[in-house]
Amino acid sequence: MEQMMPSGEMQERMQEAAKKLEPMMEQVSEFIVRTRDVHKVYLMGKVEVHALRGVTLDIKRGEYISIMGPSGSGKSTLFNMIGGLDKPTSGSVYINEVDLAQLDAYELAWLRCRTIGYIFQTFNLIPVMTALENVMLPMIFAGVPEDERRDRAMELLKRVGLAERWNHKPFELSGGQQQRVAIARALANDPAIILADEPTGNLDLRTGKEIIELLKELNEEKGVTIISATHDLKMIDVSDRVIWIRDGQISRIEDRSKIRVEAALEVEEALMEGELPDIP
Amino acid sequence: MTRSRGAMSAFGLTKEEIRRQIHLPWSEAFRISWRYVTIRLGRSLVTASTIFLSVAFLMAVCTMILAAKATGHAEEDPQAFAATLARYKWSVILGFMICATGIVSALLMSVTERFREIGTMKCLGALDGFIVRMFLIEASLMGLFGSLAGAIVGALLMLLWAGIKEGFSIWAKIPWGIKTPTGEWGFLGYFLASVFAGVVLSVISAILPAYRAAKLQAADALRTEI
Repeated sequence: MEQMMPSGEMQERMQEAAKKLEPMMEQVSEFIVRTRDVHKVYLMGKVEVHALRGVTLDIKRGEYISIMGPSGSGKSTLFNMIGGLDKPTSGSVYINEVDLAQLDAYELAWLRCRTIGYIFQTFNLIPVMTALENVMLPMIFAGVPEDERRDRAMELLKRVGLAERWNHKPFELSGGQQQRVAIARALANDPAIILADEPTGNLDLRTGKEIIELLKELNEEKGVTIISATHDLKMIDVSDRVIWIRDGQISRIEDRSKIRVEAALEVEEALMEGELPDIP
Repeated sequence: MTRSRGAMSAFGLTKEEIRRQIHLPWSEAFRISWRYVTIRLGRSLVTASTIFLSVAFLMAVCTMILAAKATGHAEEDPQAFAATLARYKWSVILGFMICATGIVSALLMSVTERFREIGTMKCLGALDGFIVRMFLIEASLMGLFGSLAGAIVGALLMLLWAGIKEGFSIWAKIPWGIKTPTGEWGFLGYFLASVFAGVVLSVISAILPAYRAAKLQAADALRTEI
């Protein structure tokens, strides 16, 4: 078809298409996650708990974001909203400009499978499977053929530095190694976003640092957006932006340039209030 | 490259296309279930033992019927034989009911134990159907092995007992096939039916736990304590 078209007309059409697509692409490519006035009210027994009180947030593609805040601040709730694991009481969450509230069970599963990679505080590897099989699991759900699955999983394990441990079960691996497997698994289907919930929470200082560095490297080389809920101050150094949550609201958002000073102040402030987040 | 793939896919696809792209492979579900059954062998054996016992009892009764017919005892006093059969029938039914309760509670326990794994699988893109499938396959595997072992042991014990009591010559008179020439049940027929009953029983018992597992929320994977 295209070959039969006169080249002038084809060019014209291409330009037309480009014109049409360009603003859309731009819009698509700038923000990977947007939340608009998100509220969440839980019913605990007969008491209403207002976990989120109007969170509006834009996260750019390829950013490394840390969501910080004391426990009970609504940090995890916000995290669940972004991951499509929970629905807001009011307000909307958009991923790739798609409103999560509009998605049915299939589409949500599809989104979790291919667009988002999850990393957990407790690693959450499937205990009956080897490291390699754990990395292959999301690819099973995505329908990747077996050979390709195996090759790709091996490649990912190599990337996180665990190629020679592929045949080990999770209980035969240290915490740091388990988290590396989990990171490889999160990357299995080439997601646009990695959601990490306290990824260093169960790790010692040095291992935690290694994991943070690995995440930062992946963020830079694959351009994957990383959103991490944490109260590990080591995260601040690598984050593009830090979002502080308090009482279900964003108390402030800091850019990279200001981060170090502000972080020091935050520690000081926390010290004065007597609620110290864990110091690296 | 990888970035734009993620972005465009959420847009350009119809619901049908998405549905087709979410895979629910039986073979993978089977492989994973097999792992769970064999790796947690101790627990699987406990669950399977209730099936084992009830199927063993059922098969023993069936073998007893065959032996009684082979020795001619059944014809000597048909009324007494019928009464004995009725009594055993109720015992077998009661045994199966107790067995079903056992399987349900064992599997519910296993769902509770695995809430985080199930949540994780859902985070990775597993649909409810995959989880249900996994649990049903697990139950049918345990049902199959429990029933097979139970039917073999039940039959052997009863055959030995009948042999010792009536002489091993009666073994020759037992119809070993699926059906006798007169159209009655033979040994193999009873054997297959007992195993089948055991498998069906365990799959039915697994429906409620499997449903419970499928309804767990993906967010549960993030909970740090039970």
